[in-house]
Amino acid sequence: MGVLGQAFGLVFDWYVLWVIVGSAMFGLFVGAVPGLTATMATALLVPVTFFMPPVPAIACIVTATAMAIFAGDIPSCLLRMPGTPASAAYTDEAYAMTKKGQGEIALGASLVFSVIGGLFGTAVLILAAPALAEVALNFSSFEYFWLVMLGLMSAVFLAHANPLKGIVSLLLGLLVASVGLDNPAGFPRFTFGNAELTGGLTLIPIMIGMFAVSEILRNVAAIDRPWEMAQAKIGNVLRGMWGLAKRYPAPIMRGSVLGTAVGALPGAGADIAAWMSYAISKRFSKEREKFGTGHVEGIIEAGASNNSALAGAWIPALVFGIPGDSITAIVIGVLYIKGLNPGPTIFMNNAPAIYAIFLVFILANLLMIPLGIAAIKGAKQILRAPRELLLPVILLFCVVGSFAINNSIFGVTLMLAFGVAAYLMEENGFPVAPAILGIVLGAMLEENFISSMIKADGDFTKFVSRPIAGGLALAAALIVLWALLGILKRRRFP
Amino acid sequence: MKIHDSLSGAALIALAAAILWHIQGFPPMPGQKFGPAWFPGLIAVGLGVCGALLVFSAFRSGAPWLRFPEWVHRERSRAAVLAVLAGVVFYILAADKLGFFLTAIAIIALWVRVLGASWRMTLLMAMIAPLIIHLAFYKGLRVPLPWGLLEQWAF
Repeated sequence: MGVLGQAFGLVFDWYVLWVIVGSAMFGLFVGAVPGLTATMATALLVPVTFFMPPVPAIACIVTATAMAIFAGDIPSCLLRMPGTPASAAYTDEAYAMTKKGQGEIALGASLVFSVIGGLFGTAVLILAAPALAEVALNFSSFEYFWLVMLGLMSAVFLAHANPLKGIVSLLLGLLVASVGLDNPAGFPRFTFGNAELTGGLTLIPIMIGMFAVSEILRNVAAIDRPWEMAQAKIGNVLRGMWGLAKRYPAPIMRGSVLGTAVGALPGAGADIAAWMSYAISKRFSKEREKFGTGHVEGIIEAGASNNSALAGAWIPALVFGIPGDSITAIVIGVLYIKGLNPGPTIFMNNAPAIYAIFLVFILANLLMIPLGIAAIKGAKQILRAPRELLLPVILLFCVVGSFAINNSIFGVTLMLAFGVAAYLMEENGFPVAPAILGIVLGAMLEENFISSMIKADGDFTKFVSRPIAGGLALAAALIVLWALLGILKRRRFP
Repeated sequence: MKIHDSLSGAALIALAAAILWHIQGFPPMPGQKFGPAWFPGLIAVGLGVCGALLVFSAFRSGAPWLRFPEWVHRERSRAAVLAVLAGVVFYILAADKLGFFLTAIAIIALWVRVLGASWRMTLLMAMIAPLIIHLAFYKGLRVPLPWGLLEQWAF
């Protein structure tokens, strides 16, 4: 039986299919409830996937996140609150459509074009990842050093208006990563004699803290503010979608391509892809004046974009072990736990499992149509879920999940500390994503930096003398330059 | 809680100085120029520079040193945030001694009630939620949640 046959065997198994359907429903729910994000869904799932075989574990996360990114559009239409940050770019537009009585079209377009974007991103993932892995086999520590730098720079400079605070956040993340024995010298750093710290700070409780607990704090702080739902009659959401697809082929294509590319760029994910696609859609539209008044074009382009970014983000995650967004930052941790160590050799050593993951991507996107329609129909019930019951249960789940990773109460302490820290950081305009990337990539950055320094004997020109390393260095420098020019321009012409 | 950027900057400088002082004690790698102190040292320098830039750029901003968010003045929100924090701290301190059930029942009851549910709902949730989570994690996923005081009735 070929690799593909084995992959089919791995996916079309009752247990795996059950996991996919269950996590799809979970993802739709978490995505549809404002304040609960796709990244949070991933962080909450990790303690559960911890106990599954590799393929269902990854399938669970792939399905839940794809569903959550789409479902984030539902409260955008009905409440003017993005369900996940990836929907924020076109929340006002979608809500304006609902107010005009076109809620059905807005929801239908987000569903259908999410699926198309998701399938496009998946196709690119399937074709590009193995090809890229062939190239990556020749990479040395110099190339890896610059790849990590490229990811860190795009997380700091593409995502945020204030790069200074982004850099601080990144450095704090790197600092957290340097705790413990896991460094080239094997010397216990910053452990202060505490045995819990020797192995380094465990990633999963930190993630649960930063993405779930901080969100819960924000939610309970606004517990006395009720949600106001716009009235929308929702019939057949698929009606008219073929017409839209024929009318807007260019935006669909552009959104899917840009989304995949932004997703694949280490450090930038679905939310940035959606913002960029919405802006581009507006710039190239023939009906630019209609944007903001409830016009479907931007929703189509950005909706395709954020779902394609999700698949694109897996390209660097699988090939290099460098996360494309904060979801894959968590996924990389899971891959290591499951013995599917990311890197170019993953396509040789674990080919059936990787092809099974690709199949799950396709399956999840196709499943999105029937389940998405059901979620839209049930949206009013989902959005009526009482927060005073929901938040405590999620929080207890976080507590137990953080405990479960090492069966240690120290995990819960970490979760709380990082949850409060992330809340304070966001309050003060320090973005959280660069910190996460710093935590995930810190060990890799240091290892490749130190071994490159040793190879080059301290001569920094050796870092850029290999062609691909030089190219990656140039790309990282261009991102920084582009962002700094943008800031200067804004200062001069505010 | 909004902290003035100059204060955050000053704190970062202090952190950087503490790291630089602390890493002096790290041993060199035998035969290599680049030991375990290198990387944290670079991070500390970066943090120090960014801290100084923050202090400098925000110095004249005129923002107050500390500003509390507006939810602090709303009683229900304030109680909710405090309950969340206190509940998790209580779990950390008490779970091993009291066991998962007693601790979880107490904190779920606290959270559900403070967030605004009726007493009846609070009691119902405090009974059901810990039981389901216990079944899922202890029975389903075999996580050794502590039994504590209820050890003799463990199931």
